Amino acid sequence: MSQAVEQGEGVLIFGATSAIAEAMARRLAARGARLALVARDAHKLAAIVADLRVRQGPQAVVYSAVADLDAVADHGSLVAAARQALGRVDIALVAHGSLPDQSACEADVALALAQLHTNGVSVVSLCGHLANLLQAQATGSLVVITSVAGDRGRPSNYVYGSAKGLVSRCLQGLRARLWRHGVAVVDLRPGFVITPMTAGLARQGPLWVSADRIAAGALAAIDAKREVAYLPGFWRLIMAVICAIPERLFKRLSL
Amino acid sequence: MGPGLLAHGLGRSYGDVALNDGGTLLHTRGLDRFMAFDADSGLLRAEAGVSLAEVLALVVPRGWFLPVTPGTRYVTLGGAVANDVHGKNHHRAASFGHHLRSLELLRSNGERLLCSATEHPGLLRATVGGLGLTGLITWVELQLQRVAQPVMRHINRRFHTLEEFWQLDAELTPRHTHTVAWLDIGHGGRGIFSAADFVDTPGLANRPPPPLQPRATWPISPPVSLVGGVSTRLFNAAYFRRPLQADGTVCAYKLLYPLDAVGAWNRVYGPRGFMQYQCVLPRAVQREALADLLAAVRRSGLNSPLTVLKTFGDHPPAGLLAFPRAGATLAMDFAHQGDATLRHFRSFDAVVMAAGGRLYPAKDAHMSPAMFAAGYPGLDAFTAWVDPAFSSSFWRRVRP
Repeated sequence: MSQAVEQGEGVLIFGATSAIAEAMARRLAARGARLALVARDAHKLAAIVADLRVRQGPQAVVYSAVADLDAVADHGSLVAAARQALGRVDIALVAHGSLPDQSACEADVALALAQLHTNGVSVVSLCGHLANLLQAQATGSLVVITSVAGDRGRPSNYVYGSAKGLVSRCLQGLRARLWRHGVAVVDLRPGFVITPMTAGLARQGPLWVSADRIAAGALAAIDAKREVAYLPGFWRLIMAVICAIPERLFKRLSL
Repeated sequence: MGPGLLAHGLGRSYGDVALNDGGTLLHTRGLDRFMAFDADSGLLRAEAGVSLAEVLALVVPRGWFLPVTPGTRYVTLGGAVANDVHGKNHHRAASFGHHLRSLELLRSNGERLLCSATEHPGLLRATVGGLGLTGLITWVELQLQRVAQPVMRHINRRFHTLEEFWQLDAELTPRHTHTVAWLDIGHGGRGIFSAADFVDTPGLANRPPPPLQPRATWPISPPVSLVGGVSTRLFNAAYFRRPLQADGTVCAYKLLYPLDAVGAWNRVYGPRGFMQYQCVLPRAVQREALADLLAAVRRSGLNSPLTVLKTFGDHPPAGLLAFPRAGATLAMDFAHQGDATLRHFRSFDAVVMAAGGRLYPAKDAHMSPAMFAAGYPGLDAFTAWVDPAFSSSFWRRVRP
């Protein structure tokens, strides 16, 4: 145990260039974590690795790899290579995703399925590999960024929402499977976050928060091994209200 | 084409150099990554949206400090370059641009140009102090200054006349790295002269790192300015008579960043805000011109709770539009009272122009095109470097 503390937590992040993941990586590195980072964009990943190393020293990032996580066949070897570099995986974070244009998805069903693959199937695939790894270790936390959008299907973004809902249901099952092996499963559900992913939206109002605020709440949830964390917490209330509306009425609301 | 593009960092410029009415602002705070830092040489490379506060948090524990810093650390590196900011050590260390080794400029045609003393030096000289008009600065490389710990030794001296100020300036400015004077403009030329130097003996108690945000924030904007004629007179009288701290050591942040203690302090001026008047008066005429300018201010009846006077050193300018030059710089904050304030500013302008001085664009919201052209002889050379897709409210105002 004391040796592990000296070494720092081993943290494996998929989708490391996501703004929330980057903010979490900065906070984790600042408390001594050793990071293994996987992302699709080589230039952005290199910039983030350099930044973390300048801030916390070269030991902050022990491994980085460029991969398109849509290629689910590669997931097994990606997880194995990162695990090799880290030793023990204390936190496995799955953060990749994309925000599709709902109306484009309605016009082109193939696009809808591709989005479902990126935000849903590929996350389930990674979680499957990571669950097996953590179960074998008998320790660690599987942490996934889903969304409040997964709580209920809405006409404005049900393609994104159904992918996130799929992941949340999967995490429920994994949680029940893994808890007896000492593995926590944390479902992070952010609301509106000011990130490159939401750059096209009108981001005014009190519901919009910074990625760093989400990251702070995420780390608190991970440390407390919370099952489901709405970020910020007021979204738990908002979603409770939204989920309580009867479907006959809800379908008439243009949400 | 519309009004075009303009980088916008932390928005601490007092006027419109970082505004682009009707155009597009490129918010640079997302460019917040460090790229390289050599703790042996003090060379730092970072993206342009990194704030000076973030730089200090990184480098101070490793024995380095910003070579030049303005009176707030809540500005970005890109903004510090674009305004070629100066500090209380200008007479020794010159301006921010003098410590820049290189930068990358993203032009609207998609070119990414590395600018340094050897590559695109003309574009570098236009970009330093270039008010964001030559393109988007994406990263900068800066030579830091070795400082054992953020502790300064300081002295404060009261003066009762401008003549006494000039004596103190002649005596203290050559002997100290940082000097500045606070002036009570309602009362002739009385004020307090402060001088300070970093303490280079290591081993003083470690201080906690500075906060990345102010600890306290002014909560609301009152319906009218709390800074009025009577309150300013009373404040200035009390501030002049305040018991001066004994000469000794003090936290460098407290000395260099007095305004950073309270966030959103500008709200005390109410919804109309305040206007700052900052000029530099050439050294050859600085004494007479300063006396004339202060006389004009007294005639106007305006009063300022925060008047700062400092002499600049004799360094060659770092950029074509660099503000500092050998002479005296005076900065006064006035509650904004609409046209009346602007009318008085015109009378100050006449004194500054007659002296061959100029105004600081980072603080300006009223300068006329004629005054800009007269104050900045490098303007025509600069204009040739402006990116055709970039503009600002300031630029359209002074260069219609």
